[in-house]
Amino acid sequence: MIPAAFDYEVAESVEHAIELLGSTEDPKLLAGGHSLLPFMKFRLARPATLIDIGRISGLSGVSDGGEHLAIGALTRHHDLNHDPLVKEHCPLLAYAAGLVGDSQVRHRGTIGGSLAHGDSAADLPTIALTLDAEIVVRGPDRERTIAATDFFRGFYETALEPNEAIVEVRVPKTGAAGWSYIKFRRRALDWATVGIATVVEAGNGTIESARIGLTNMGQTPLRAAATEQALAGAARDRVAEATARADEGTEPPSDVSASSDFRRHLCRVLTARAVEEALSR
Amino acid sequence: MRRIAITVNGARRELEVEPRQLLVYALREQLGRPGRTSAATRPRAAPAPSTSTASRSSPAPCSRSRPWRERERSHGTAEQTGKFVGTSQLRKEDPELITGRGGYVDNVTLPGMLWVGVVRSPYAHATIGSIDVSAALELEGVIAASTGADLEFAAPLVLAWPINGEVKNPPHYPLTKDKARYVGDPVAVVVAESRAIAKDALELVEVDWQPLPAVTDIKAALEPDAPIVHEEFGTNNAGSWIMERDSPAPRRGPSAPFFDDPDLVTIKEEHYLARLIPNAMEPRGVVVDPNVSMGEYTVISSTQIPHILRTTLAITCGIPEAKLRVVAPDVGGGFGSKLEIYPEDAICLALAQKLNRPIKWIEERSENYVASLHGRESYQQIELAATREGVLKAVRVNLTVSMGAYLRLLTPGIPMLGAWLYHGPYECEGYDFQYTNVFTNTTFTDAYRGAGRPEATYAIERAMDTLARELDMDPVELRRKNFIATERFPNYTIASGLTVDSANYHGTLDKCLEVLDYEAIRAEQKERRERGDRKLLGVGFSTWIEMCGLAPSRVLAALNYIAGGWDAATIEIMPTGTVRALTGVSPHGQGSATVFAQVLADQLGVEYDDVDVVHGDTGTVPFGMDTYGSRGVSVGGVALFKAGEKLIAKARTLAAYELECAEEDLEFEGGNFTVKGTDRSANIKALGFNSWTAHNLPDGMEPGLSATHLYDPPNFSWPNGAHCCVLEIDQETGSIDILRYIAVDDCGVQLNPMLVQGQVHGGVAQGIAEALFEEAIYDAEGNLTTGTMTNYLVPGAPELPSFEIHDTVTPSPTNPMGVKGIGEAGTIASPPAVINAVVDALSHLGVRNVERPATPERVWNAIQEATR
Ligand SMILES: Cc1cc2nc3c(=O)[nH]c(=O)nc-3n(C[C@H](O)[C@H](O)[C@H](O)COP(=O)(O)OP(=O)(O)OC[C@H]3O[C@@H](n4cnc5c(N)ncnc54)[C@H](O)[C@@H]3O)c2cc1C
Ligand code: FES
Repeated sequence: MIPAAFDYEVAESVEHAIELLGSTEDPKLLAGGHSLLPFMKFRLARPATLIDIGRISGLSGVSDGGEHLAIGALTRHHDLNHDPLVKEHCPLLAYAAGLVGDSQVRHRGTIGGSLAHGDSAADLPTIALTLDAEIVVRGPDRERTIAATDFFRGFYETALEPNEAIVEVRVPKTGAAGWSYIKFRRRALDWATVGIATVVEAGNGTIESARIGLTNMGQTPLRAAATEQALAGAARDRVAEATARADEGTEPPSDVSASSDFRRHLCRVLTARAVEEALSR
Repeated sequence: MRRIAITVNGARRELEVEPRQLLVYALREQLGRPGRTSAATRPRAAPAPSTSTASRSSPAPCSRSRPWRERERSHGTAEQTGKFVGTSQLRKEDPELITGRGGYVDNVTLPGMLWVGVVRSPYAHATIGSIDVSAALELEGVIAASTGADLEFAAPLVLAWPINGEVKNPPHYPLTKDKARYVGDPVAVVVAESRAIAKDALELVEVDWQPLPAVTDIKAALEPDAPIVHEEFGTNNAGSWIMERDSPAPRRGPSAPFFDDPDLVTIKEEHYLARLIPNAMEPRGVVVDPNVSMGEYTVISSTQIPHILRTTLAITCGIPEAKLRVVAPDVGGGFGSKLEIYPEDAICLALAQKLNRPIKWIEERSENYVASLHGRESYQQIELAATREGVLKAVRVNLTVSMGAYLRLLTPGIPMLGAWLYHGPYECEGYDFQYTNVFTNTTFTDAYRGAGRPEATYAIERAMDTLARELDMDPVELRRKNFIATERFPNYTIASGLTVDSANYHGTLDKCLEVLDYEAIRAEQKERRERGDRKLLGVGFSTWIEMCGLAPSRVLAALNYIAGGWDAATIEIMPTGTVRALTGVSPHGQGSATVFAQVLADQLGVEYDDVDVVHGDTGTVPFGMDTYGSRGVSVGGVALFKAGEKLIAKARTLAAYELECAEEDLEFEGGNFTVKGTDRSANIKALGFNSWTAHNLPDGMEPGLSATHLYDPPNFSWPNGAHCCVLEIDQETGSIDILRYIAVDDCGVQLNPMLVQGQVHGGVAQGIAEALFEEAIYDAEGNLTTGTMTNYLVPGAPELPSFEIHDTVTPSPTNPMGVKGIGEAGTIASPPAVINAVVDALSHLGVRNVERPATPERVWNAIQEATR
């Protein structure tokens, strides 16, 4: 419960934060602190310097970018949950943000922190992947945009360089598509045992396309590629058949919430439900 | 009073709430909607409810059309028997606690105080080669470091319940010297100027560990080639207790003849009860303040048992009791986990002796998981023999119980607290019970809320359901058929050999069924099964009894428990007319200060606010046996009441002297002694003042108006109840949603119904946790894999239903107040009600058991196995 000693710096701006990332010893950015501080308290992380980006103005909030929404890295889960633009154009994101942890967590945790942390059991990485979001990061000499599909690399591992910060997340609008997020968990404030996010476009009788993201089914958030393919262009009554393959290509962990096999089972059952729910919307 | 607006079931209401009043209570009282508050406050998922199976966000779709869900919930029937007794007084304790002005151990800071950090074994079993503290000592701010080799103790930590001559009790020193026997076993300490430095220093202590194979499973520990936790015994078997041989009370008869009788139906079940971790909101902590010139020590400990702690620390640290004062300040929950003498208590005292400076240790939450006691873990085997008509004839029980690595204060005796309860509220003729204690490389176990009695209730209540299924009888009918008849009471000697004070088992079950609408549920269950509904409905009962109010000292003696079970109280009328009551019980959340003030206000005829209850300090309250085993009211409260009677008797003598009449001519009511048939009277407060000035007392009367009573209960008290759980199970995912939970409890006379309900709420929550969520799991190496709040699943409000709390009142004839106990009832009653409901929901598929906690995966696996 008591972290190892560290220095603390307040970043005045994104540029300042990046400069501090280059000039201080063994630094870590501090946003909402709700992933980093628990790690430090368990002494699983021992950064020598914390660079607090929480006070940088202009890094939070949602704006309409035409085809997409531009979401500042510091936007809190609570605000995503309640933001009118997000609710209108990316309702899946708004809804899922409301299921993160508990109210205290949602008031502190940020989307940038959640993505940078890269926990495959977290909700927002899966949502970003499902929505084909792009992550805008800034380093000492350039800004680059990384597709969510390329961003999550492994167990708590992302494409971020040590001297880069996420500044924005661009989320394509989902228009009239149906969507759902089923977060299966033992307790209301738990991480997902398994989570299933969907965005489904359907015409009369057939499914045009389905995007399906999986939480806690492997080292990174995943897409249920086999099911997505099977659903593309399929009749609505083929959902059961297509979702029976939802766990293909996953490597779900075994832990106290569920064994790997039970996760696979849940994944199949819940993907069917999630697709049906999206179709009913 | 403050006006607040809330929305209840869609309707906006305004209410007046006293700031210190709990919102829940305000709702219940002012809106008359008991038990509905969580529906009102439960967050609804936005923007649209998902079909999420495990989240509880989607409202039950059919709640409107199902009459059995619509029952209005009553307040219960507890009667007001005095001006204050029987009323739901708000807790005296709360204003301080909820406004952050409570005084917990961690609030204590003393000049020159040093912090202790404890080096704990990362291995479940390892010999200790050498311990090098030199690097730690070099860290700036580190004052000292000690190992078992240089921190001396006069005696090992005390075991107070060595059950019989067979018990194997290894000496348990606060710092282990030769080897570590569980992950978390303390091996060294560092002392530093701050908590953070102490924590850093811990990482610098180098221990040369030689890991040994570990054993964590109870049965594996009894195998011939198992690693041995204490070599000196050559076995992990810590001894057995056999009722036939060891019980002081003869049982009705042996069970064997019934199990040999071919005409009887017999069933046999085995259950594994998972290990539990208490998780009090406030972890443990100790501050020791030495008075160097006097050679005295004040120990401030987050404990349930300051008096017992003083006695046992005196033994372990070799300090006379007269030089030791133990204070239990505000204590943030215990549930048994602070009914213990811990290594850290003794370590801090020894360090204060050694360093002559105030010493402080506060447990971290992660430490709490490995270093504070665990509960329950056992294998239980129960057999029933009954006639084909469903008349229970015999019960036979055999337990194998995990002690963990050491025997702590009461460890080997805990299963015995259930010994007489394995036939529940039912008649039978043959009864046998025995248990075997086993060492494993795990944290020691000891009393956890209910201690022994939840285990007993689980075994018999599960077995009764199985028997009902075997006989094709309704579980309610089977229970009724076997209940001990109400006419047998009071003071009926049950088959196991003890005497139950009073009960009305039919009455509590009647009440439960009255609220339940059993037939409608059974009809819906059938309907759902027939149409192949994904969600199956199940209903489970638990008609439970317990023995609490620990305990008659003579009985304790016969059980080889080395302390008494009495308690003490002193009441003084102060010169200004206020009342000071000292109680030997040590409440830590129960609300005893409130309840005792209610009792005394009525008894002495003073104002409730005039009564101050003092507890938890051996310096102020010399005698006491502390708080555990639902004894606060039924022992401590009765002691107080009896002291009140003595005080009134003395006041009466003084009043008769002042009013110049015979004592018999005085009536005492509302604080006034009145000469019968006249208006001449003397008030007790005035008598208190007069006895304090002592200007005019009868010859030989001692000054002061105070009285002390030490009360040894002549019997245990025997609460009972009928609980029912209705739940639904998603067949495809195994997840469980509790739809209704009804608790009808009988704890005798209720002094404060709100506090009774509070105890039931918390207890039932803890029992549901046991049935569905909580489980301590060790891996093969003996690491606790559930050592944080993210993987040891303590449920919160969203996981729990709105409880429907009801009661019946059957006063205990044992004490003048008619009280029993309620602190452990909910925990004792609820686990079998929940698991019976789970099995009931799945019984048509052939499922007969789901191990607890019934996780979605276990439920789903049970369905797969049954339907394969
Ligand atoms: C009790 C509890 C329950 C939780 N439950 C859930 C849950 O159910 N689902 C879920 O998804 N999450 C859950 N979380 C995690 C929570 O959502 C975190 O807030 C979030 O994952 C991290 O966001 P943060 O802003 O707090 O990041 P921080 O903790 O401040 O940082 C996390 C990591 O990201 C880095 N970082 C932060 N911001 C940036 C940036 N702009 N650019 C680059 N790197 C950055 C930090 O250096 C650090 O390595 C829970 C947390 C707690 C404490
Ligand atoms: S301080 Fe322990 S969970 Fe927040």
